[in-house]
Amino acid sequence: MIQCNKSNSRVLVTRDLPTEAKQLLLASGVQATIRYDENKISKEDVLQGITGCHGLLCTLNPSIDKEILDAAGPNLMTISTVSVGFDHIDIEECKRRNITVGHTPGVLTNAVAELTMGLLLATARRIREAFDVIDSGERCPRKVLWLCGTQLSRKTIGIVGLGRIGLAVAKRLHAFEVDKILYTALSEKSQAKEVDGEFVDFDALLQQSDIVIVCCALTSETKGLFNKSAFAAMKNSAIFINTSRGSVVNQEDLYEALTSNQIRAAGLDVTTPEPLPTDHPLKKLKNCVIFPHLGSATIETRNEMWTTAVRNLIAGLNNEPLPCPVY
Amino acid sequence: MVRIYVTRCLPEDSVSLLQKTGLEVLMRSTDDAVPREELINGISGCTALICMLTDKIDKEVLDAAGPNLKVIATVSVGFDHINLDECRKRNILVSNTPRVSTDAVAELTVGLLLATSRRLMECVNAVKNGDWKSWGLLWMCGTELRGSSVGIFGLGRIGIAIAARLQSFGVKQFYYTDIVEVPQASKFGAEKVDLDNLLSKSDFVIINCALTAETRGLFNEETFAKMKKNSFLINAARGGVINQKDLYKALTSGTIRGAGLDVTDPEPMEKDDPLLTLNNCVILPHIGSNTIETRTEMANLAVNNVLAALDGKALLTQVPY
Repeated sequence: MIQCNKSNSRVLVTRDLPTEAKQLLLASGVQATIRYDENKISKEDVLQGITGCHGLLCTLNPSIDKEILDAAGPNLMTISTVSVGFDHIDIEECKRRNITVGHTPGVLTNAVAELTMGLLLATARRIREAFDVIDSGERCPRKVLWLCGTQLSRKTIGIVGLGRIGLAVAKRLHAFEVDKILYTALSEKSQAKEVDGEFVDFDALLQQSDIVIVCCALTSETKGLFNKSAFAAMKNSAIFINTSRGSVVNQEDLYEALTSNQIRAAGLDVTTPEPLPTDHPLKKLKNCVIFPHLGSATIETRNEMWTTAVRNLIAGLNNEPLPCPVY
Repeated sequence: MVRIYVTRCLPEDSVSLLQKTGLEVLMRSTDDAVPREELINGISGCTALICMLTDKIDKEVLDAAGPNLKVIATVSVGFDHINLDECRKRNILVSNTPRVSTDAVAELTVGLLLATSRRLMECVNAVKNGDWKSWGLLWMCGTELRGSSVGIFGLGRIGIAIAARLQSFGVKQFYYTDIVEVPQASKFGAEKVDLDNLLSKSDFVIINCALTAETRGLFNEETFAKMKKNSFLINAARGGVINQKDLYKALTSGTIRGAGLDVTDPEPMEKDDPLLTLNNCVILPHIGSNTIETRTEMANLAVNNVLAALDGKALLTQVPY
């Protein structure tokens, strides 16, 4: 149980919450306006609902930009996002206005790392194609190399960004008898020792890796990082996996790379936009597996994320240090 | 004059291996099953045969081969398709390719488990069908391995390889059921239990046993009733171990949560099999060892067995008569 110190604290919650988190929120004494609509909340909905609010509890959409912060007005003290990523929030503007921002790192690490492995295996072992064969009732030819995928054992893995999630993915891969784990990051990480990780520069990672996995945050440096020249530098047999943010990848360049044998296959849990339009060219490719942003999609993890987000929110309203502040 | 007859086009690496020997090689140019007539013609007078599961090597084929045939190397673990008795009579050595596919099968089993527990195929279909609306609170939420109990029925090489990989996902407890005590089980703190205990304690049950008279149809209505309601059943061993009609009942009545099958009985399944209609049953067309690396290794092993025989040396992986 947590208590909000100030009575009449108004918060906007952009979508319905799981039971445990909702009880925690309502029992705290805040006046919460919860949007129950199943459909994606629009920017207009937020602009209307946020006026005069002291707190905002939100997810990845819409982006919390200057316009929304202006609409909120001077009451707004704290923003709590139910995600580890915060690229959808104008952090600099929040800093200027002394608005604290909370997020949910750590609690979703395992679920996302697990999903990343599932995506990697689905892509490398062509599970989606195999599943489609069964679905369509196609006869399976008994060929030596029919539906043969790429084995993980004895391969070189390259992880872009060895943060919590990158390290958790590396730990899982370590058990698959891979040859080497390379990583890039802003600086060397001591925890890389746990997986015998080798710190290399981006070009070396691209050239040497059989499997490239993107686990970095979306920042101005990483936006569009995977473009024509990055894919050209990769091995023709390489598998590319992205479970970070869609905008790290230039999707047109990825399509080119996948259709001209520059890389073997790609698995994406994140795209730009989300959802991807029905007729998007990447959807038509056999060697591109697309998941609908499942990273943290387990009941246990979602519950923990929302509960953490509520705790961040109440702490922010109470002017106390947030359990998980962005800055 | 030594001649090697190969009934399929082999992976690139294996072809190079053969070419380096300088021996005469007659190899089918495509990667599909050789018609019987062509097999009978091609094998005539050859010294060595490299064949596949799809080639029935019976008395007629061996007669057609003639007295030069010294060795038959099948690119498979199974050798049901070869008349061993006839080979023994004619002093023809036979080899297969066991143990090469452990890593490939272990990887696929983990992939199949994740596809089942995290509802990956359901989600892929949702993306395809335009059902992906936006980031949903509990939409398509699956189950984590973290904190779970995993029960492995049959802890051989492949079972151990699966456990080694799953351990890094935060599994709380491994159980196994086997005829023997398995020393490597201690690496994962795996507790040996009888089948009933494995079923009642495990969140994930992974079938890894051989198909025998004892295990055929072992996973039936009675067995499923002993499993946890939220549990998942994963089978990448042999389809015949599961009674598929009972599995359908178990999956549609909430007796168990989901199943992932890389093997079925028969293969391929009948197009109208009801299991194919279920969202909580992921079925793959037996792709356990389908990797370029493993197929190449199997083909190379077959080639090396042939070269050993031609050299008068012991075969690497001889099938005992």
